[in-house]
Amino acid sequence: MLDDFLVRAVLAGVGLALATGPLGAMVVWRRMAYFGDATSHAAILGVALALALNMPVGAGTLIVALAMAATVSTLAARGWAMDTTLGVLAHSALAFGLVAVSFLPGVRTDLSALLFGDILAVSRVDLAYVWGGSMLVAALLVWRWQALLTATLSEDLAHAAGLNPDRERLVLTLALAVVVAVAIKIVGALLIAAMLIIPAAAARALAKSPEAMAAIAVLVGAGASFGGLQLSLALDTPAGPSIITVAALAFTATVVVARLRQG
Amino acid sequence: MLLEARGLGVRFGGAAVLRDVTLRVGPAEIVTIVGPNGSGKSTLLRALLGIQRPSTGQVIRAPGLRVGYVPQRLQIDRSLPMTARRFLSLPVRCSDAEAAAVLARCGVAGVSDQQLVDLSGGQLQRVLLARALLNAPDLLVLDEPTQGLDQPGEAAFYRLIDEVRRETGAAILMVSHDLHVVMAASDRVICLNGHVCCEGTPQVVRDAPEYRALFGFGTQGALALYRHDHDHNHGPGPTHKHGPDCGHDHGPSAPDEPTRKVENAG
Repeated sequence: MLDDFLVRAVLAGVGLALATGPLGAMVVWRRMAYFGDATSHAAILGVALALALNMPVGAGTLIVALAMAATVSTLAARGWAMDTTLGVLAHSALAFGLVAVSFLPGVRTDLSALLFGDILAVSRVDLAYVWGGSMLVAALLVWRWQALLTATLSEDLAHAAGLNPDRERLVLTLALAVVVAVAIKIVGALLIAAMLIIPAAAARALAKSPEAMAAIAVLVGAGASFGGLQLSLALDTPAGPSIITVAALAFTATVVVARLRQG
Repeated sequence: MLLEARGLGVRFGGAAVLRDVTLRVGPAEIVTIVGPNGSGKSTLLRALLGIQRPSTGQVIRAPGLRVGYVPQRLQIDRSLPMTARRFLSLPVRCSDAEAAAVLARCGVAGVSDQQLVDLSGGQLQRVLLARALLNAPDLLVLDEPTQGLDQPGEAAFYRLIDEVRRETGAAILMVSHDLHVVMAASDRVICLNGHVCCEGTPQVVRDAPEYRALFGFGTQGALALYRHDHDHNHGPGPTHKHGPDCGHDHGPSAPDEPTRKVENAG
C-alpha cells in the first residue's frame, strides 16, 4: 500500500496535522504567528547549509530553525519590539536562504520544492521522519499541556503555581523547530506557518475548550491534506498550496457556520 | 509567621522601585498594602510571590506554605476558548464536585460552562478567587481584586473575602487603593511608597503624618464618613465617654485631633 505515492502523501499530511493541530492552537493563543514565519523561513537557510556541508537536509533545517527560534525567544525576553524584530528576521532569513541556495548549482531547480513543498515525492523514509517528528512534538505538547495552558493564560498565575513560564516557552520553541524541519518537505518553507495557523483558526469558531480546539485543528489539517491532494490531482495544481487553499476554505466555512449559529 | 520580607529591594534598570521593605504576615491576618500609583504595590506582591526576583533582601515563606493568588486582571485572548470549569483545573485538575462547591462558595454557581471572556468583571473576579481557594491556601494574595467593579460589587467582593477568611482561617494579603474599604476590613495596613512609610492598625495608619502626606486630607473625610457609617451604634454626639481602647472617630464634623495613638502594630 505504501508503494502508492498518493497514499504516502496523504499519510504524510495526516502525520503532520497531528503536530500542527495542537502546536498551531498554541501559536494562535500566544500570538506567535510571525514567530512561526521567522522559524520556517530560516529553514531555507538550513537546507542550503546542509547541502553545502554535505549534512542530511533534516538535520540542517532543524539546527537553523532551532537557532532562529532561540534567537527570537531571547530577543522577546529582552523586550525587543517583536513586530519589527520578527519582520526583519523572517524576511532576512528567507533572503539569505535563497541567496545561499543560488550558490549551489544542483539545488536551483528544486527551489519551488523548498518554498512550496513536494508532498507527492515523499518517500518511505520521509514518511517515517514526518511521523517520528510529529509524534515527538505531539507527545511533548501532551506532557506539558496543563503548564503550557496556564502560562498562556497568565504568566503570573503560572509563576504563582510554581511553574516556570520560560521553560514552557522553550518547549514551544523546540516543538516549532521540529515541526518546521519535518514540514518543509510537505508544504514548503513559505506555507508552514499557514499549516499551523489556518487549521487552528478554523477550529476556534467551533471549539468551546482548548482541547477541542486542538483536536478540531488536527481534523481540519488532516482533511485539508486529503482534500488538497485530491484537488492537486484533479486540476494538476501544486500540492502544498492546494492543501493550504482547502484549509483556508475550511476556515471560511467554520466562521460562517459559527456566525449563523449565533443567529 | 507565614510570609516575611526582610530588607526587600527591587530595581528595574537603574530605578529602585522598592527599597528596604520589611514586613510579615501572620496566620489568619488581613494585611492590606496601600499606596499611590507607582508606589510599587504590585511589584511588592510579585516579589513576595516569587514572580519578581528581588535585587536585595529576601523573602521567607513558612515551609509548605500554600498560596492562592488572585491577579489584578486576567486578560483573556479571544482566540483561547476556556470555560470557567476548565479554568479551575489549571494547572492542577480538580473534580467536578470540588469545582461546583468552590464556585457556589464564591457566589457564581451558574457560570461553570460559560466562557471566561463572556463573564462580567465581578463574575470573573469571583472565578479567579474560586480557583485560588481550590488548593486550600494558608495565604490568599489579592492584587487590587476589585478594580473595575462598581461600588456594590466591590463591597460584596470584600464581604466574600471576609467570609472566606472566617471559614478557612486563611491569612489575606492584598493590595488596594480603595482606602475606605481597606480601613474597614483590614487588621493591619502597610502604607507603601517605594518603602514602608507607616504600618499598623487602620487607626494608627490613618492618623500617621506619613499617610496623610501621601493621600492628603481629602481622603480623611471619606474615611471618617465610611467609619461613621460602619460604627453606627455610637452615641449621638461627641460628648460620650471614651474607653481606653476606643479607636473610632466622630464622623466628618469631629474636630481633627492630631493625637497619634500608640497601639499594638499587630
